[in-house]
Amino acid sequence: MDALIEKLKGQIIEQLNLAEIKPADINPDAPLFGDGLGLDSIDALELIVLLEKYYQIKIKNPADGKMIFESVRTMAAFIQSQGKA
Amino acid sequence: MPKQDIPSYFFADAYKHFEMNYPKFHKMDNLSKLGLIATDAAIKGNDFLQRNKPEATAVVMVNKASSLDTDRIHQQSINDKNNYLPSPATFVYTLPNIVIGEIAIKHKLTGENLFLVCNEFDAQLLIDQAQITFSQETRAAICGWVDYDNGNADALIYLVEIADDSIKNTNFIPLNATTLNQLYK
Repeated sequence: MDALIEKLKGQIIEQLNLAEIKPADINPDAPLFGDGLGLDSIDALELIVLLEKYYQIKIKNPADGKMIFESVRTMAAFIQSQGKA
Repeated sequence: MPKQDIPSYFFADAYKHFEMNYPKFHKMDNLSKLGLIATDAAIKGNDFLQRNKPEATAVVMVNKASSLDTDRIHQQSINDKNNYLPSPATFVYTLPNIVIGEIAIKHKLTGENLFLVCNEFDAQLLIDQAQITFSQETRAAICGWVDYDNGNADALIYLVEIADDSIKNTNFIPLNATTLNQLYK
């Protein structure tokens, strides 16, 4: 799980053009939206693209998004649950 | 800012030079980056934003290439139906007036705005369009030409205010087509 979290941090930085943020700056348990990385609605769409691009995962139920994208760790857990890690 | 081929590091260097401290900058398309940098260059060192109310400050801009540079990037991402992964963050910049929105957001401006596309720099067009906004509640405006396409950047941003005695004592220049053409050259 830890290796996947670190890989995911780099992919998030690249996909979202977070040029001033380093992987070490991202707390895997911090909220991705709001107080954490301060991502916006376009970033949320980019995270959906990221899952499809790197892990071939499509989110079938939009209502699951809130739980999946709560933090880097929840994203990693979701990827593992899909057998794509 | 003369027309020139922009190397990839130009925007990053300009961001540091103007101490922009605005992480969202890195997510923008090149047209918006150019507009923000040129605007920061125009307002740096003066109190234009402080002496004009946000709701009375317009933004009026014109260019030639519209958002074509970003349109191409988006098109490339949807050309291959078997690798169809358009980026939402790119798609939102496939309109040229987004550069005005980014400037307005960064500087918290809520006044009138207008973006036009024309074949070449036209000083009289810029003046005429700015005057339309001034006929409403507008008392000041950030105006100019902001064009970016395929590595070529071309921008002239200037500040317009209704002159009073306090402004006339500064480096105030009467706005007319001759002056704008001289500045652009």
